[in-house]
Amino acid sequence: MSFIPKTKKDTEDMLDIIGVKSLDDLFSDIPEEIRRTTGADVPPALSEIEADELLTGLSERNRPMSVFAGGGAYRHYVPPVVDQLANRSEFYTAYTPYQPEVSQGTLTAIFEFQTMMCRLTGMDVTNASMYDGATSLAEAVLMSVRDNKKTKVVVSVAVNPRYRRVLSTYGWANDLSIVTVPAPEGVTRPGDIEASLDGDTCAVIVQSPNYFGVIEDIEAVAGSIEGEKTNLIVVVTEPLSMALLKSPGSLGADIVCGEAQSFGNPVGFGGPYLGFLSAKARFMRKMPGRLVGKTADSEGKDAYVLTLQTREQHIRRDRATSNICTNQGLCALRAQIYLALMGSRLRDLAILNHRLSGLLKSALSELGIPPVFDAPHFNEFVVRVKDVETVRDSLAERGHLFGIPLEGDYPDLTDCLLLACTELNSPPVIDSLAAELKAVLAS
Amino acid sequence: MKTLFDIDTPGVSGWEPPRWDIPGKEDIPKKYLNDGIDLPDVGEVDVVRHYTRLSTMNFGVDSGMYPLGSCTMKYNPKINEKTASLPGFASLHPETPNTLSQGALQVLCELSEYLCRITGMDRFSLAPAAGAHGELAGVMVIRKYFEKKGEKRPVILIPDSAHGTNPASVTMCGFDVKEVPSSETGDVDVAALSDMMSDQVAAMMLTSPNTLGLFDRNILEISRMLKDHGALFYCDGANLNAVMGKAGITDMGFDLMHINLHKTFSTPHGGGGPGSGPLGVIEKLEPFLPVPLVDRDGDAFFLDNARPDSIGCIHAFYGNFLVCVKAYTYIRMLGPDGIREVAEHAVLNANYLMRRLMDDYDLPIDRSCMHEFVLSDRGIGNDVTTNDIAKRILDYGFHAPTVYFPLLIAGAMMIEPTETESRATLDRFVEVMREIKRETDTDPELVKTAPHTTAVGRVDAVTAARKPILTHDAAE
Repeated sequence: MSFIPKTKKDTEDMLDIIGVKSLDDLFSDIPEEIRRTTGADVPPALSEIEADELLTGLSERNRPMSVFAGGGAYRHYVPPVVDQLANRSEFYTAYTPYQPEVSQGTLTAIFEFQTMMCRLTGMDVTNASMYDGATSLAEAVLMSVRDNKKTKVVVSVAVNPRYRRVLSTYGWANDLSIVTVPAPEGVTRPGDIEASLDGDTCAVIVQSPNYFGVIEDIEAVAGSIEGEKTNLIVVVTEPLSMALLKSPGSLGADIVCGEAQSFGNPVGFGGPYLGFLSAKARFMRKMPGRLVGKTADSEGKDAYVLTLQTREQHIRRDRATSNICTNQGLCALRAQIYLALMGSRLRDLAILNHRLSGLLKSALSELGIPPVFDAPHFNEFVVRVKDVETVRDSLAERGHLFGIPLEGDYPDLTDCLLLACTELNSPPVIDSLAAELKAVLAS
Repeated sequence: MKTLFDIDTPGVSGWEPPRWDIPGKEDIPKKYLNDGIDLPDVGEVDVVRHYTRLSTMNFGVDSGMYPLGSCTMKYNPKINEKTASLPGFASLHPETPNTLSQGALQVLCELSEYLCRITGMDRFSLAPAAGAHGELAGVMVIRKYFEKKGEKRPVILIPDSAHGTNPASVTMCGFDVKEVPSSETGDVDVAALSDMMSDQVAAMMLTSPNTLGLFDRNILEISRMLKDHGALFYCDGANLNAVMGKAGITDMGFDLMHINLHKTFSTPHGGGGPGSGPLGVIEKLEPFLPVPLVDRDGDAFFLDNARPDSIGCIHAFYGNFLVCVKAYTYIRMLGPDGIREVAEHAVLNANYLMRRLMDDYDLPIDRSCMHEFVLSDRGIGNDVTTNDIAKRILDYGFHAPTVYFPLLIAGAMMIEPTETESRATLDRFVEVMREIKRETDTDPELVKTAPHTTAVGRVDAVTAARKPILTHDAAE
C-alpha cells in the first residue's frame, strides 16, 4: 500500500495535460548516469494486515516488566482521556501553527502549557518545548552564554549523567569549558560550588531531585553564587516532584529546564519525550524555540499566535537563538491535557509516589538493603546490593526491571542501583518484588 | 477564546489517585515542601469538552489538502498510530537491558539499514529528534572529521535559498556561514561557487532537490569541485520525497545527509513535532556518528557505545523511538516499488498543478519542477499580497501554501501537494486558486481582509510581538 489515490487513467490524463509522455520524463533534470530504475532495495511491500502482524510480533519480543527504574524516564499512568483527545487528528495531523487562524486549537493548548509550566517551575516564561531534557539543558546553557557572554560552566556530578554527556557534546561544539563538582553523600555541597566559581563562570547547574533521587538544597546553592554574574540553572527530570516541593524559581533559580515526559507521555523506549525550558522574564528575547503569545483577531476576539519569531531560525537564520524548528508539540499537548485532568490532585499523586517509594525502602531495608544516602528523597533512591548483576538479571528474568546500575557512571558507587517508584508500583507489585528478591537472595 | 483557566473551579475533581492505605512517614523536611500548587481544577467531562472544542479550531491533513511547500504534508497512515502505541513499544523503559528489548532494537537497526539502501549512505544514526537536530549533528561530524585530520576549515557554504535551519545549525557549531548565490534559472551559481572555494571551506550544505523544488542540474560538477578541494558535501534531505527510489543521494556526490521522517516517511507533524531527523554518512565518516548506534551480531541486536571518535551523545536516550516505529511500518508497507511511486506521483502532482496554475499566477522560474514549485504575487493587482491570498485560501477549506520562502523569490508561494492527493482534490485546488485570482480583480477587499469563515479572523501578530503576553498570568 502506498496511499496514492489515482487510477492509471488519471496518471495518463495528467501527463497529457503537462505535455510529457511518461513519468520518467519528469525526472529529466537528474543526470542520466545517476538515475535509478528499480526503486530501493527494501523488503517486498506488505499489506496492512501483514504489517500489523509483523509489528505486533516485534513489540512482543520486548519483555513486559514491572518497572522499578527511573533515571530520567518515568513510567506513570497515562489516563485514557489523554490518548482520546491527543489522537484527534485535527491535533496530530496539523503542522506548526504558522497560519494561526486555522491553528487556534494547537496555539491555545500550548499557551496553557506555557502557563502551567511557569506556575510549577516558578518562572515567568516557558517555551513550547525542546527535544528532551538533555537537549533542553544544553540549550539552557547556550542561552545563558548569550546572556552573560561567559564560557565556563560548573555542573554537579549529581546531574543525570546522560544529560552531562549531551552537555559535553554541545559544550565542545561551542568551545565551552565544563567543571564538574563532586557530590559525596549524594548531595551537592554549596561550599564546593563556591570554590569552583570565578569571574568566568557563566552558569551553575544542579538537578533536584538529583540523579540519586535526593532533594537538593537549591536555596543554599543559590546563596553560594549570590553576587556573581552567574546564572543558576536547575534541572528537573521528574517534574511530578514540583507538585510537592517548593518551585525552583521560588528558591533562586534563574532558569529551570528538564524533562516533562512524566506528564502524560509513555516511556516509549526513550522517545519522543518532552524537554521543557523555563526562565525569568529577562531571558524572554534570548529563548530558543517557539513561543505562543496572546493577541486579538481583526474583530477583537482573543486569539493566540506564535510570537517573537525574529529570534527563530526561519527569520534570524545564522543569528537565531537556536536552530530548533520542529520540536515536541504533540507531546506538550499530551502533557497539557494530563495536567488539565489532574489539577490540584497532582499534589496527591506526588505524595502517593513518595509514600510508595517509602514502602519500597522499608521492604528492602527488611531484606538488609537500606538506602545508601541519608538524605530526603522524592520517588527515587540508591541501594547497594551484593552480586548486583546476578540479582538484577535474575529479577529481570522474573519480570522486574530492578533499577539502573550506577557503577559505570559513578565508580565509587560499586554494586549500587538507582530505584524508582511511581503510582504504577502499587503495594501488591512492591510485595511481589520483595518476595522475588528474597528468593533470589536466598539462592 | 476560553482557556482552561476560564473554567477553573477550585476543588472540583478531574482525576483521583487510588486511595491505598500506605503508612506515610512525613520524612521530607518541611522547608522543601510547598503549600499547594496552583493548577486549574476542571471535571473530566469539561476537560474533554474543552480540548474537543479546541480540536475543531485546528486544520490538519485529515481536514483537507495541506500544500505547504517543503513540509511534505502527506497523509499519515493510521496503521502507524496503531503500531507505535503497541504496549510492547510504548511501555518499554529505555533502561531495559538489550537482551530484553530485542524487538525495539530490531526496529531501529532495520530502519537504519533501509534508510541506507534508499539513499546510498553507509550508516545512519536515529538519535536526532528532528531535521534541525540531524543538521546540527551533521555539522558536528564535519567538525570532528577535520579536527581529526588536523585541518582548520572555518567556513561552511550555504545557498541563499537555504532553509533557515541550515545557517543556524552551522553557527551552533562554531563555523562561519558564507552564502552562495543562485542563478536566474534556480541552480547554484557555479561560477560564484568556484570563486568561493578554498581550503578554508569545510563543507557545502545543499537541499536536493533544492528549496525552489528544482533539481540542480550542476550537482555533479558541484560535488566534484568540493571533492577536489577536500571539502564535504552535506545534503539537507527535507525534499527526499521527490527523488527516493529514482536516484541515490550518494550518487549525487553527497557525503552525509539528514532525513525528516515526519516529511518523507509519513509520520505525523503533531502540530509542531515530534519528528525525527536521522543522520546518514558514508563510510569514512562513520566513526564520528553520535552514540549509541544500534548494531547487530547476527540476529542479536545491541546498543553500541564503544565508538571513541564519536561526537558524543546528542539525546538522552536513542532518539524518538516511537516516531521511528511509524516510519518503519510505512517503509514495510511501501516496498521497493512503493518507494519509487511516492516520488513519481509527488512530482506528477506538483507538475500538474504548476501547469494548470501558471496562466493565472506568476511563475518566476519556468522549468519542470520536482515535488513542489514556487509562484509569486507579481502582477496581482489592487495591492493584494501573497499573505492575503494565503488567508483567503483558508476560507475555501484548504490550508495555505508556504509563503515568503525561499527568500530569493519576492512574495513566494511554495506549493507541495504530495503524492497522497487525488486528481479531484488537485482540480478543486486549481478552481479555488482561479476563483481567488478573480476576486483580486473584482472584490479585492474580500481577499485583503480574509479569512472570514475560520474560527478567528486575521490575527494581529504585530501587537503580539511588540507586547508579548506569554502566559495567562501575564495577561491578567
